Amino acid sequence: MSTNVMQPEGSRPRRKTRISYRAALGEALAQEMSRDPTIVVMGEDIAGGMGAPGVQDTWGGAFGVTKGLLGRFGRDRVMDTPLQESAIIGAAIGAASNGLRPVAELMFNNFIGVCMDQLMNQAPKFRYMFGGKLTTPVTIRTVYGAGIRVAAQHSSAYHSILTHIPGLKVVMPSSAYDAKGLLIASIRDDDPVVFFEHIGLFDKEGDVPEEPYAIPLGEANVVREGGDVTIVAFGRMVDVSVAAADSLRTSGISCTVIDPRTTSPLDEDTILESVAETGRLVVVDEGNPRCGIATDISALVADRAFDSLTAPIKMVTAPHCHVPFAPVLEDAYLPSAEKVEAAVRSIVGAARAP
Amino acid sequence: MGKTMIPLSREQLIQAYRLMKTIRVFEDRLAEEAATTAMAGPLHLYSGEEASATGVCMNLDERDRIYSTHRPHGHCIARGLDIKALMLEIYGRQGGICNAKGGSMHLADPARGLMGANGIVGGGMPLVCGAALAAARLKTGGLAVGFVGDGGSNTGQFLESLNFASVFKLPAIFVIEDNGFAETIASSWACAGDHVKRAEGFGMPGRRVNGFDVFDVYDAAHEAVSGARNGKGPSLLDVKLERYYPHEQGISDAMRLPGHVDWLKANSDPITLLRTQMLGKGEISEQELHTIDHDVDALIDAAVREAQSAPPPPLSQLLTDVYVAYP
Repeated sequence: MSTNVMQPEGSRPRRKTRISYRAALGEALAQEMSRDPTIVVMGEDIAGGMGAPGVQDTWGGAFGVTKGLLGRFGRDRVMDTPLQESAIIGAAIGAASNGLRPVAELMFNNFIGVCMDQLMNQAPKFRYMFGGKLTTPVTIRTVYGAGIRVAAQHSSAYHSILTHIPGLKVVMPSSAYDAKGLLIASIRDDDPVVFFEHIGLFDKEGDVPEEPYAIPLGEANVVREGGDVTIVAFGRMVDVSVAAADSLRTSGISCTVIDPRTTSPLDEDTILESVAETGRLVVVDEGNPRCGIATDISALVADRAFDSLTAPIKMVTAPHCHVPFAPVLEDAYLPSAEKVEAAVRSIVGAARAP
Repeated sequence: MGKTMIPLSREQLIQAYRLMKTIRVFEDRLAEEAATTAMAGPLHLYSGEEASATGVCMNLDERDRIYSTHRPHGHCIARGLDIKALMLEIYGRQGGICNAKGGSMHLADPARGLMGANGIVGGGMPLVCGAALAAARLKTGGLAVGFVGDGGSNTGQFLESLNFASVFKLPAIFVIEDNGFAETIASSWACAGDHVKRAEGFGMPGRRVNGFDVFDVYDAAHEAVSGARNGKGPSLLDVKLERYYPHEQGISDAMRLPGHVDWLKANSDPITLLRTQMLGKGEISEQELHTIDHDVDALIDAAVREAQSAPPPPLSQLLTDVYVAYP
């Protein structure tokens, strides 16, 4: 567990301005590629323009994260690929077994369906089924989440599906600072990592040190501290939960907001220690409700901290349906600060008699 | 052999014979043990296909990587994996080459360039692209070979990999071992078009290979390896052969006509063909071949005996090697 005081020891950001989540990710990639020549980035449009007569580095990835890398590192290390997700992800995984440290971009996490064999049966199993003989240091960056009106096949939050799989690590940065530190940690990690970037966070700004730093995978961040309720939230839902917590504070209800940062490994201790103090838990997740990280954390607390609980566990998640197109429906689909606030209010004062 | 082929030296001929014989005895012994003793796990045996693994792998060196299939024992032996460690793994015993956690379908030995058999048909093909990409970027001079069956040749992962390897001109060789059947389904029915023409469609050379003839396989692989090493990119070998056993031990093979396998053994056995050639050319004597046969029999017998008496892995192995590091 760490706290919201997040600067590396003895350093302050030299930069005067805040930078975006997108820029923080790009900076992490550029710094790591400068440090380690075995890192290659690859994916659809990762630079853009390959084979075409016009502008190169056209997009820098569908969300501009890798813009500028082509000019610094060249086509051998910044590889536009054909649109074929099994080959892209599988080649990155195979290269990782053979001396490279690839970072592949899977444009939307919905496309996991196309390359799921590589993420389910290949990369996560090599180390185990080959008796420790193979190491696969690959990072798969992907974009998830709803809110920009692109509907069902480009908006899902499928982090829980991958969290189910032993051998994979699953990372969900919620801020620019975490985006940089967690991506550097993911690249340096010797296990396969799937790194989930929220589609609605790319322009979010924060204080980000210029120098490289790694945030350990499996170490939660306590974003707010309060004694009444523990809120556990992931990715963009951290901002939603902080807004709810700040609003509740004006009503005299104080919440701890925990951002585990990674769903696998999961910092169980920070969650359990907090629930031991507050006695109440609300889990907030943008994924669908069945067999998800919210049910997983609810089960963890029910199993290991039942005696601490003074109220029912509450989950605030997307409903068991797909992301709809109509803006009014999409807004209704997403967890919101109001929904989190309502969940908290529903259990404060519902303490059971001892 | 209607065309000029790369001649094999006496040493290479002996190496080919020893490898093919080792694969055959290894597989035939497993079939016998599976039928007469209690053995856990599925066995997909390679008998009849020995010329393919042997002819390809004899062209490779320590820089090269191969990816195998669910029928991997032949590739493992041709790549020089330790016979006893392989047998221990197939028996699920302590000392197995993958710590008894992989079994027959999930064998690997990166130190020998065998980067993994694969229980997912076609699943290894994108990995071949990755290994070839790494060889190119790291300038190792190596190449990557992907073995796949006729069933795997129809999967999306395989076809994606042909495109990917061709677009990047990767040093990759795709070897389709078309043994006539994907489980029970005839490849002549299931594979639309023609594998060689598929290769041409993806902009790479393809060559049809007589998989009963180790000389033809060696020659075709030599050509493919030369191309990959000289920057000419990927190629495809369409190796036509047949297996002597069912898809998996203990299940029906009745989609083949009665007597067909006996006919194959009598008329196109790859080891008999090689043996006849070697003797015919006076490269080797009956006595020398007999000595090799005897050595191979002893090697396999010792490996089986050791595996049968070896202890199972300790229960502590259950939770190891899920990750390199996990807090």
